[in-house]
Amino acid sequence: MAANIVEIGDDSFDTEVLQVDKPVVVDFWAPWCGPCRAIGPLMDEISVTFNDKVKFTKCNVDNNPVTPGKYGIRSIPTLMFFKQGNVVDQVIGIVAKTKLEGIINKML
Amino acid sequence: MKKADFDLVIIGGGPAGLTAGLYAARARLNVILLEKAMPGGQVITSDWIENYPGFPQGLSGADLVQNITQQTKRFDLNIESNEVISIDCSENVKKVRLADRTITTYTIIIATGASPRKLGIPGEDRFYGKGVSFCATCDGPFYKDLVVAAIGGGNTALQESLFLTKFASKVYIIHRRDELRATKILQERAFANNRIEIVWDSVVTSINGGLTNVENITIKNVKTKATKELVVDGCFVWVGIHPNTEFLDGCVSLDESGFVIANLKMETSLPGVFVAGDVRNTPLRQIATAVGDAAIAAFSAEHYIENIK
Repeated sequence: MAANIVEIGDDSFDTEVLQVDKPVVVDFWAPWCGPCRAIGPLMDEISVTFNDKVKFTKCNVDNNPVTPGKYGIRSIPTLMFFKQGNVVDQVIGIVAKTKLEGIINKML
Repeated sequence: MKKADFDLVIIGGGPAGLTAGLYAARARLNVILLEKAMPGGQVITSDWIENYPGFPQGLSGADLVQNITQQTKRFDLNIESNEVISIDCSENVKKVRLADRTITTYTIIIATGASPRKLGIPGEDRFYGKGVSFCATCDGPFYKDLVVAAIGGGNTALQESLFLTKFASKVYIIHRRDELRATKILQERAFANNRIEIVWDSVVTSINGGLTNVENITIKNVKTKATKELVVDGCFVWVGIHPNTEFLDGCVSLDESGFVIANLKMETSLPGVFVAGDVRNTPLRQIATAVGDAAIAAFSAEHYIENIK
């Protein structure tokens, strides 16, 4: 995991995601999920590209069931994109790097 | 002939594409593998693979892909995360249009695989990620002690339903016929599992629920035409696949289902363009067959390049 990706959880979701000024990407994942393992390195790459402008976070759904429950998440990997506490986009499953970059560019 | 950027462009990073890359890198071809996300393909959704030789205890799809990727790195295979938008094969040097640039190549191996087919019924898109799933290893643990439906009767449907019984208290397998297509050992395991109930001769006509979750599915018996609602918390769909060929745009010949037609050398209808894996018109789609295709495709590409240079 890249150093600039922040591990967040149910306790810190409010301060680390919802109250942040910059756009925030949350990667909901779990160790048992094969496709999540493929998304991980992709997030690492993209987090370097957008290092200053966007905050990148990961939320382990095994240890933090409340937040995914609140957003009705029943498939992972799910990526959620927040701006000033509001969900602006969501993608489920493995997506092309170019599509992710497109979504992030739109948020900026 | 004009000089191309690459000898070979491999499109797709599943077992077929990676294996083609392994062979091409060892043949010292100037090769690039393009994968739109990260190496993997459908196989990373597979919880456990026990019919790929050399792994007596079996292994997960994610581990297998990681192993093959590491193996390609030993021979310096160039893998790039980029999406192929289209290919132009009107000249001997082929153009591959990517999201951010166009590259040229003497040969191409198409290894783009296939995606799960949708049912095309009401509720399927609406509840995708909220109770409708195509991946048990991704989503199974969300259904601990809950009831789910699995639709299909082939190998994937049975293998993944058996995996779901680790979590779900009950798995209904909804199958449109009165016998299963899956391999016998999987059938034996499904019949012996007391959490699995097979609903024969039935199709799902809609997936229903509230704002954020699935509550039930409507099923129809194809023989009696009777319909009923089945209360479930989730619905997994395994009803076959469709090939990923949108970017080809008529460049090579496809069969009636859209799979790429090839001969024994994995040559498509267009000279210099080869195919491997699930995207090919083939009688069996397994990792073992995909890697076999790929070895032949890379070998054929190498010979083609030798002859034109």
